[in-house]
Amino acid sequence: MAEPSKQEKTAVVDDGIDVGVSRLTEEKIQSVINSVIDNETGVRLKTYVETCIHCGLCSEACHYYLSHDKDPHYSPVGKVKQTIWEMIRKKGRVSPEFIRQAAIIAHTQCNLCKRCAQYCPFGIDIAYMMSIVRRIIHRLGVTPLYIQDTAHSHSVTMNQMWVKGDEWPDTLQWQEEEAQAEIPDLRIPLEKEGADIMYSVIAPEPKFQAQLLYQAAVIMHVAGVDWTMPASVGWDNSDMAMYTGDNEIMGRIKRAHFETAERLKVKKIVMGECGHAFRSVYDMGNRWLGWSMPPFTIVHAIEFYYDLIKAGRIQIARKFKPPVTLHDPCNVVRGAGLGEKARYVAHALCETVIEMYPNREHNYCCCAGGGVINTGPPFKMARVEGNRVKAEQLFETKTKGAEVLIAPCHNCHSGLEDIVHHYEIGLEIKFFSDIIYEVMEKPA
Amino acid sequence: MADPQSWDWETREKKIPLDAWKTEYRWVEEPYASPDGEKVAAVVNVDEGEFTVCVNGEAWGETVFDKIWHLRFSPDGRLTALVNEMGEWTMAIDGEAWENKFGYIWEPHYSADGSGIAAAVQQDMQYAMVLNGEPWETMFANMTYFALSPDGRHTAGAVQVVDVDSGEIHKFQEGTFTAALDGNAWDTRFVNVWNLAISPDGVHLAAEVRLNLYDYTIAVDGVPWDARYQTVWAPVFHPLTGGVVAPVREKGAWTLAQDGKPLWKRTFVQLWQQMFSPDGQRIAAIVAPKYGRWTVAVDGEPWPATFGKLVTDAVFSPDGRKVAALAKDGETFRVVVDGQPWSDAWDMAWKPVFGPDGKDVVAKVEKDHRYTYSLNNRVWRGTADAAWDPVFSPDGTRLLLRTVESGQYVRRVVPVSEMAG
Repeated sequence: MAEPSKQEKTAVVDDGIDVGVSRLTEEKIQSVINSVIDNETGVRLKTYVETCIHCGLCSEACHYYLSHDKDPHYSPVGKVKQTIWEMIRKKGRVSPEFIRQAAIIAHTQCNLCKRCAQYCPFGIDIAYMMSIVRRIIHRLGVTPLYIQDTAHSHSVTMNQMWVKGDEWPDTLQWQEEEAQAEIPDLRIPLEKEGADIMYSVIAPEPKFQAQLLYQAAVIMHVAGVDWTMPASVGWDNSDMAMYTGDNEIMGRIKRAHFETAERLKVKKIVMGECGHAFRSVYDMGNRWLGWSMPPFTIVHAIEFYYDLIKAGRIQIARKFKPPVTLHDPCNVVRGAGLGEKARYVAHALCETVIEMYPNREHNYCCCAGGGVINTGPPFKMARVEGNRVKAEQLFETKTKGAEVLIAPCHNCHSGLEDIVHHYEIGLEIKFFSDIIYEVMEKPA
Repeated sequence: MADPQSWDWETREKKIPLDAWKTEYRWVEEPYASPDGEKVAAVVNVDEGEFTVCVNGEAWGETVFDKIWHLRFSPDGRLTALVNEMGEWTMAIDGEAWENKFGYIWEPHYSADGSGIAAAVQQDMQYAMVLNGEPWETMFANMTYFALSPDGRHTAGAVQVVDVDSGEIHKFQEGTFTAALDGNAWDTRFVNVWNLAISPDGVHLAAEVRLNLYDYTIAVDGVPWDARYQTVWAPVFHPLTGGVVAPVREKGAWTLAQDGKPLWKRTFVQLWQQMFSPDGQRIAAIVAPKYGRWTVAVDGEPWPATFGKLVTDAVFSPDGRKVAALAKDGETFRVVVDGQPWSDAWDMAWKPVFGPDGKDVVAKVEKDHRYTYSLNNRVWRGTADAAWDPVFSPDGTRLLLRTVESGQYVRRVVPVSEMAG
């Protein structure tokens, strides 16, 4: 590929970045970069840096690159060249303005989706290198405001939406009461020690999407699952600190989650339809704490629904009629291999499933993941315009008849809402649980 | 704690039928057994939005509540629950609700002797602790971590003392949180305050604190240690000297520090849940001596045996000579005593219980949803649908086993010699 020339900069107002940059000195930048490179990385980063031959085969993998008419600045290798390579090459002697641009690139032009790693002939994990950039940005105090605020929420409440201690169990009891109007003996069992399963969710559910808790309770009840939810911290499995590079808070959140499962003496943790949380619990957070694998079996909602349907624990009264298409979330399909189970569930629930292309592990990212949507309004249009290729993919699928888009991940859901709205695609977006609740047999 | 000397250690077996409860109520929630085994209770639904507690087959006083949750026996045998009546929440003890009512109440804490029962409360979106029915005089905008002193007389919380709106990240980073003991907040502000500990005499309060986004330490009575760390875990007070010991992370490795000075010489990939022996002479912690391997370290020396998935529920014997814990490999748990894993593996196991002289160890265990007990690596002959932790008699010769079997609650007294034989 051509060497990236100087990228055209767009004026972005973000107090997290702007105030952070105003406090920087070149000495501090150099000290932090070299500290992170010397003390927190090793042979992995060195190998990646020394192995890359700048071939550019990663470029075609990136939705930002494809959506920006193949502008090499947006290619994965281009983003590496504009950030970590330059930091290493200059031994940390880069300017505050360089750091501003690095923060924007690492936080808003890369979803850490790892699609590019599949296209690299050497399997270089560029998302890892972008994570190192984010770690440096964190250590320099230049993280974008909205996602930094979310990391602060995690640090105080151990959840991502400033949900206070009373609001969580109160919301569960409210949803239990609502659901009892439909199924009188339904329970959301709180703090039930020795249950088979601890069900954990992300904080947007109690904050904005309480119907998802309701639907989960109905599914658990009908399937006869021995389950519980914690009433104290540790209930939220999400982790934006993982994406800000605040590894210490990431570890703290994950420890709370796992120790809650320990305390409740459950055998498995079942997670709601969230992708990044799975990455955090199954890969990043556990490993930072010293667990090579999670101390508990982690079951993502896709796999959980697959198991319930396959075992006949929930029966489908009538299949969902509108034709659907299925979006494969990066973290649970490319990252966890749940693509075929997702299709089994989709076909079990729906009369017509129309594949989008590419799909499975080659699917395009929603452009919301990796914490990008959490950088908030200042970067919303950059995110939406940076995924024109997704809009084209969805529009093509719609022309084949799809009316509903299943997105079994919260960030995908929110990001795709923006894509569908901006490009006027006209697809209704649903979680699997929305459809299960609609089509399953329930007590009369 | 109720005096086990006064419990019935003679009657071999007592039974209370439970199945009949299901015909009397719309639904019966999971049962709880009293420490002495004489009572079994469950939250029951009387009618739509009407709840009570059924105790040994009898309804819990006259009051029917709109909602009841978190039913638990306190260590002294009183039956407690969080109850809602006419939109207000409080704690009820043996059927009697506290006089003070709140917007919400959650996370009850019990002192070891049961004399102190505390919880977090919210009223008008302000937060405090309540102890034996009396809330703090001062309420706070938010409260996130809670503690009850060992003697049950003092409570503490991590509290927000500076208002900050969502999105005011730089104001937040200047410090908006501190800790409060009995409602009296420290003067010092921190970015974060977590995991509080109150000294045995109830006078001092220690907590994990974050000084800025990057520097962590332990603060005692509002004064941070001079040392700064990459991060820290929960502090504990030495039971006799009042020193404060906490896991600290430096240069990517964990060790133990006391009062800001290194305590253990070696470092670990991970280290947490440190605890003192009852006499304060020894200290143990759960550690990862290398990545992905877990065990227990006593006075800095890890057991040679390590485990892949998890080590949890560590406990000292009363004489401080032994340590038992649970270890998970694959999907199964084993009891481990002084580094020696028992032969039987279980789907789940509960915290090991030492006899008074430290010679015998027993644990509640479960496989295929059947519960039983393992004493000194010998499995009890019976199995049950549900079970509670075993209790040794004061002389250590008998065990109190509380189970549910075929729709009946069973209180058994079993000679240790019989189980061990």
